[in-house]
Amino acid sequence: MTDIKPTWCPGCGNFGMWTALTQALSELGLEPFEVAMVFDIGCNGNGANWHRLYGFHSLHGRTLPVATAIKLANHGLTVLASSGDGGGYGEGGNHFLHACRRNADLTYIVHNNERYSLTTGQTSPTTKIGQKTKTAIQGSQEYPLNGLQIALTAGATFVARGFADEVSHLKDLYKQAIKHSGFAVVEVLQPCVVFFDQKNIRDTYRSKIYKLEQSWPVMDRLTAYKKAGETERLPIGVFFKEERPTFESQQPTIQKVPLARQTIGKINLQPFLKEFR
Amino acid sequence: MKKTEVLTWKIGGIAGGGQQVAGLIFAKACARGGLYTFDSSEYPSLIRGGLVTYRLSISSQPLSAIYRSTNLLIALTQEALDHCVPDVISGGAIIVNSDTCNVKTSGLKGRTVWPISVKELTAQANVPALANNMIMIGMTTALFRYDIMLIRETIKEIFQGKDEKVIADNIRAAEFGYEYARKNFKAEVFPYHLPSSRRAGAKVLVTANDTVSLGAVASGCKFFVAYPMTPATSILHNLMGWSERSGMMVIQPEDEIAAIHMAIGASYTGVRAMTATSGGGFALMNEGLALAAMTETPLVIVEGQRPGPATGLPTWTEQGDLAYLARAGHGEFPRVILAPGDAAEAYPLTGLAFNLADRFQIPVFILLDKYLSEAHQSHQPFTDHFHIDRGDLLTDQQLLKLKEYKRYLITKTGISSRTIPGQMDGLHLANSDEHDEAGYTIEGFSPELRTKMVAKRLQKLPYLLPELPKPKLYGPKNAQLTLLGWGSTKGPVLEALKELTDVNYFHVTAPWPLSQPIMTKALSGCKKIIAVENNATGQFAQLLKGQTGIAVDDYWLKHDGAQFYPEEILAKATATGASKK
Repeated sequence: MTDIKPTWCPGCGNFGMWTALTQALSELGLEPFEVAMVFDIGCNGNGANWHRLYGFHSLHGRTLPVATAIKLANHGLTVLASSGDGGGYGEGGNHFLHACRRNADLTYIVHNNERYSLTTGQTSPTTKIGQKTKTAIQGSQEYPLNGLQIALTAGATFVARGFADEVSHLKDLYKQAIKHSGFAVVEVLQPCVVFFDQKNIRDTYRSKIYKLEQSWPVMDRLTAYKKAGETERLPIGVFFKEERPTFESQQPTIQKVPLARQTIGKINLQPFLKEFR
Repeated sequence: MKKTEVLTWKIGGIAGGGQQVAGLIFAKACARGGLYTFDSSEYPSLIRGGLVTYRLSISSQPLSAIYRSTNLLIALTQEALDHCVPDVISGGAIIVNSDTCNVKTSGLKGRTVWPISVKELTAQANVPALANNMIMIGMTTALFRYDIMLIRETIKEIFQGKDEKVIADNIRAAEFGYEYARKNFKAEVFPYHLPSSRRAGAKVLVTANDTVSLGAVASGCKFFVAYPMTPATSILHNLMGWSERSGMMVIQPEDEIAAIHMAIGASYTGVRAMTATSGGGFALMNEGLALAAMTETPLVIVEGQRPGPATGLPTWTEQGDLAYLARAGHGEFPRVILAPGDAAEAYPLTGLAFNLADRFQIPVFILLDKYLSEAHQSHQPFTDHFHIDRGDLLTDQQLLKLKEYKRYLITKTGISSRTIPGQMDGLHLANSDEHDEAGYTIEGFSPELRTKMVAKRLQKLPYLLPELPKPKLYGPKNAQLTLLGWGSTKGPVLEALKELTDVNYFHVTAPWPLSQPIMTKALSGCKKIIAVENNATGQFAQLLKGQTGIAVDDYWLKHDGAQFYPEEILAKATATGASKK
């Protein structure tokens, strides 16, 4: 951590997530200077100030393009991106789709609290139908997005869900996601104790979640899709995992040295000029 | 051909008909014979059908614009004939495709008309329909009394690597057209001849998009990311095609928003990065511009203007985005706009753009327009090496000596040292929130710090201004009339100046930011200043007034989708009282 004191509300799910991530990075033996993390706007994004690593606090919805390019330009780094359900599935929805199919080696943490909390509790893309918020006074009329199912459909190679209060389990998910070679999505169910108007949100989550068993067939995309659609109870764990060549591994320009470590030498333009003769 | 004479040739047909490829072959054959060329294509936003024209001006002297007055027109369709006839000068000639054109109904007085049946001639020449444009090139060669051997050699070189049959068909088509014209057209009525010199040095035919691409390679740009959009797309094509040889990573992302944010991400790692788009695509990039500014991440953006607003005229030209770029992005921060006047200027300005972006850690625009982006200009090959200045990037050794590293340290120049991810002692937060010197978010409860950080970023301006190219004077030092322009108006104005006395031209390649002392010094002695701009509101003149107080006396504006022609500038100048040489 840095010298900055966290500004999250007491009881915020972000504390558990931060702990899990810090432990995961530490147990993987990664030094802060070897990690670049791109943050969205929102409560999670404010955390940029107390995560001690190479941080990039981006704009709302714009974590993935920045993180993708950091990985492409210096694939020696461990690169993470963190956003909420608003930035991840709303403002940054298009980037999410394309990051899934592109499969750059990134870990993408989506904080899902089903609300826009920093802006005081408006409807988000994952808010449930009928849920009343400041911007859905009759109750939300739009079908909520299922981030895991979108990730699975769009071609993500690692899809997991965690719960912010299950710190040790979440740490393990993060470790697997970071070690996975490819685009790894970890959606985290995050209780917002202020703007989630259900009083016992923590207990509700706890009564609904269960861990996927050891024998869960992680290689089966369709089974994972069905599992991710459960709503009565909420499975957590790794839903799906497959190996596919990463985007950066297919870039001819970085087969030997990362771009960021290539020096600018004398450049001979003659071969390029030939086609203009 | 008289020494200063310019001949213009034009072919009009349907999109997908291959006139542009054929025209470029003729242009390259002219360049191989020692001539100077400048071309321009007009086409609609569709793949097949619709009117397409290719126009080529040729001279034995360096040429900086396309001329309107056409000596020889080839009209392959009725639409092409109707549209292009007004440009054909009295004494000029028109080859008309009688398969599709009604020759009699057009007002063709004063011009020689040679009707041909393209279908029949294609059959007689025994070439595939795709090669029939080369029949027209052969006819053109005969009428201009140009060297058919140069056409043959050019076809061979251009199609090198293609099927032998393709090369043979094209050469046969050209030779057939050449012989046909010599036999059937009364050449003595067409007095326009092109001399050829076999001693000519090797020229290249390049657009500003090409020279920006070359400039990016020569600048050591390692990361290029762009979403296709006319007229910037050929930069993406060039750089993608060269990627393996140049070592530049080239990415086509999901949208322009991703493009600019990827460029920023790559630049954050210490790699030189660039993106390219048009006005509409840049509209999507706006927030990224502000992000680059706030995080002080170096960034080069190419913007190829086309007429807006919205989709506008997608394949036409305008200088309509200058004021927009000068003010784009929310908040207040420095940015530079470099506006090359031609393909030749675009090359060194691209090198400068990367150096300025790195040194001042700001966004730098290279502002082009469809005319510059797509017009091929003949030029000596570009071989200059750039001096590369990466600015203040700390080495690991320098970092070791520092007690504490602050990414946004307040300095005299406003420029702070950068580190890049992976450096052990360079940890920092690049922050889109307003931040303190270390990069940590601050709130309005720290009004003094906020004021200081705004001032820090703006403090770069006084150090930046002297580094920008100064306005360049063309023509006599003192003149009755001073034309003032930026970007692509340079070419047509310089061509017009060849014919005028007592008129000079101030060309601005760095229209933003503007230095009051520099502009005042440049323009103070001018008797009458006229802003020449390819837009409706005189955007540069407005910025000039706002930044320096200098007011122009009049405006010559054009915003119909086409660039200025030298003839238009000449006519306006003489109407204003200027005299011809």
